[in-house]
Amino acid sequence: MKISRRTLLGATAAGAVVPWARPARAADGVVRIGVLNDQSGPYRDVSGLNSVACVRQALQDYGAATRGMTVEVLSADHQNKPDVGAGIARQWFDRDGVDMIIDVPTSSVGLAVASVCREKNRAYINVGAGTAELTGKQCAPTTIHWAYDTWMLAHSTGGATVKAGGDTWYFLTADYVFGHDLERQTTGFVTAAGGKVLGHSTYPFPSTTDFSSFLLQAQATGAKVLGLANAGADTVNSIKQAHEFGLTDKTRIAALLMFITDVHALGLATAQGLVLTESFYWNMNEKTRAFAMRIKDKTPNNMPNMVQAGCYAGTIHYLKAVADMGVAAAKASGAATIARMKAMPTEDDAFGTCHIREDGRVLVPAYLFEVKSPSESKEPWDYYKLLVTTPGAEAFRPLADGNCPLIHA
Amino acid sequence: MFSLFGVPAPLLFGQLLLGLINGGFYAMLSLGLAVIFGMLNIINFAHGAVFMMGAFVAWMLLNYLGINYWFALLLAPLIVGAFGFVLEKTIISRLYKLDHLYGLLLTFGLALVLEGLFRNGYGSSGMPYQIPAVLSGAVNLGFMFLPIYRGWVIVAALVVCIATWMLIEKTKLGSLLRAATENPALVQAFGVNVPRLVTLTFAGGVALAAFAGVLAAPIYSVNPNMGSNFINTVFAVVVIGGMGSIFGAIVSGFGLGVIEGLTKVFYPQASDTVIFVVMVLVLLTRPAGLFGKAT
Repeated sequence: MKISRRTLLGATAAGAVVPWARPARAADGVVRIGVLNDQSGPYRDVSGLNSVACVRQALQDYGAATRGMTVEVLSADHQNKPDVGAGIARQWFDRDGVDMIIDVPTSSVGLAVASVCREKNRAYINVGAGTAELTGKQCAPTTIHWAYDTWMLAHSTGGATVKAGGDTWYFLTADYVFGHDLERQTTGFVTAAGGKVLGHSTYPFPSTTDFSSFLLQAQATGAKVLGLANAGADTVNSIKQAHEFGLTDKTRIAALLMFITDVHALGLATAQGLVLTESFYWNMNEKTRAFAMRIKDKTPNNMPNMVQAGCYAGTIHYLKAVADMGVAAAKASGAATIARMKAMPTEDDAFGTCHIREDGRVLVPAYLFEVKSPSESKEPWDYYKLLVTTPGAEAFRPLADGNCPLIHA
Repeated sequence: MFSLFGVPAPLLFGQLLLGLINGGFYAMLSLGLAVIFGMLNIINFAHGAVFMMGAFVAWMLLNYLGINYWFALLLAPLIVGAFGFVLEKTIISRLYKLDHLYGLLLTFGLALVLEGLFRNGYGSSGMPYQIPAVLSGAVNLGFMFLPIYRGWVIVAALVVCIATWMLIEKTKLGSLLRAATENPALVQAFGVNVPRLVTLTFAGGVALAAFAGVLAAPIYSVNPNMGSNFINTVFAVVVIGGMGSIFGAIVSGFGLGVIEGLTKVFYPQASDTVIFVVMVLVLLTRPAGLFGKAT
């Protein structure tokens, strides 16, 4: 194509108009959902593209199109960096007219994005991050926290381990807000039950791959339990190497946060017997199986875990609230949308019926699972045996202990 | 038993040994990098990616073709080395006349592409790869419980390092290689096919990384990010040892493994930075690295 001076001038003029045209997107009646998570690093399989697929499945199952609602889904990789995550959130709100952000694993990023959403008055459904601060001191009228948190994990997995006689602990902790949070909360349960913490190693995240040095230090203390305050590929590597160094002969491993995707990565031969907590398991009942089968073809590598299922449930509930209050009202205020979501009970195939507390905590039940041995597993992804169910009302930190400013206001 | 700075001696010996084992990986990887840099003047940022490919090829051989660890140890470096051969012929060879920066950018881009491809195909949480039956289990050394496999890693790393060093410093082929680096035109005038020599050197360096990848597969989860976790450290090791110095790469690889291991005992939070602190100190006092020749 030959570029004449006229086309060039025309293009330049059009280019100059575009930025002015953009703010109009905020009022165009299209609901925009941004899925912000790790798509290339250690938490990719835990959240990543499968979360995006689950959000899209939610649009389909809710029937957004047939109800006359236009919904767009955007997604981005925050690379587990708080500054990158907050930057994308700002860009989405200021330029792209995004109304709600969902997922956001990695607690440091999760907290950074929470404050951007609060500042811009946009709805925020966090599913992937662990820190209980999201509904504690740093709670916000724009935040809902879905599938799990550090308190719930410490209470369920940590509590069950102490009860089973594991009263001396050594922690292997990822050196960022999530690891510290999880260690602190588990320590609380261990000491309250009369147990003792004999030591801990805090390692750099995410650049550590060899844990043998820390495992040796743990072994030297003679602790009965090795508490893993980490997640994703780190947890997989720690468990693999603990087996290699024969730690598992005398020491019990408490994988404080472990997903079905991690069990898959370890293989049942290594993972069997581990005890862990999730709030969703695909093979739980008819509805969860039906949901998993619908999503399976769209995520060929993985069955959904609790984070991905949470993205599904969160989106469905959000769309219900938007339909209930009207698209224009929902787009005008994130806080009002979140308030409406809190006022309605949640209902979906993945988690059933639940209630959202004033501080933004979704009270899903916590399931304590034991990983099956290879001989017990009957089909692919048949990995868990249910040990204990903690109802939603007891699974999370009591409202009064969270020090959420919204409650005392 | 005595103790040092509050750390009991058995624990300290254990950490020293672990440091040496990790150092073995650093040494093998930095060896390949040093060979490639020394001979081709290419700063190969894709080295971590080919290390990862080595591990993945071993996993594929086992899961798709049922080929066990021992054959993989031989086959994976050959397959990945062949990939390196093609890479050098088609892309890398175009860079020799250009500034270092181009090589760095190209190989960095290649690394991102390779990792992205594997991530798309296999996810990021990793694939299980069992330790071969003969090498599973552990021996009690008194001061620590040493998995037999880790012992094997250190032996294999030492053998590979010494063999490579001998090949380059003590054989006819090695002397040709070194001569070709100094003055390619003159060596070519003696009837030596220098471009072929260079291609084979690159393939050899890549094969070394793939070999390390197979060794690493049973210890670390086989995942697309496994190389990028190593590569920064390995670059620091090469710089500390002196760019292009084979002996420097081996010595500083093992040495820094030990320093890192000890940091994990005294102040674990700094274990990923300590190597860079050493690098800064070395560069301040000896800009060419510990064993590098000042140019």
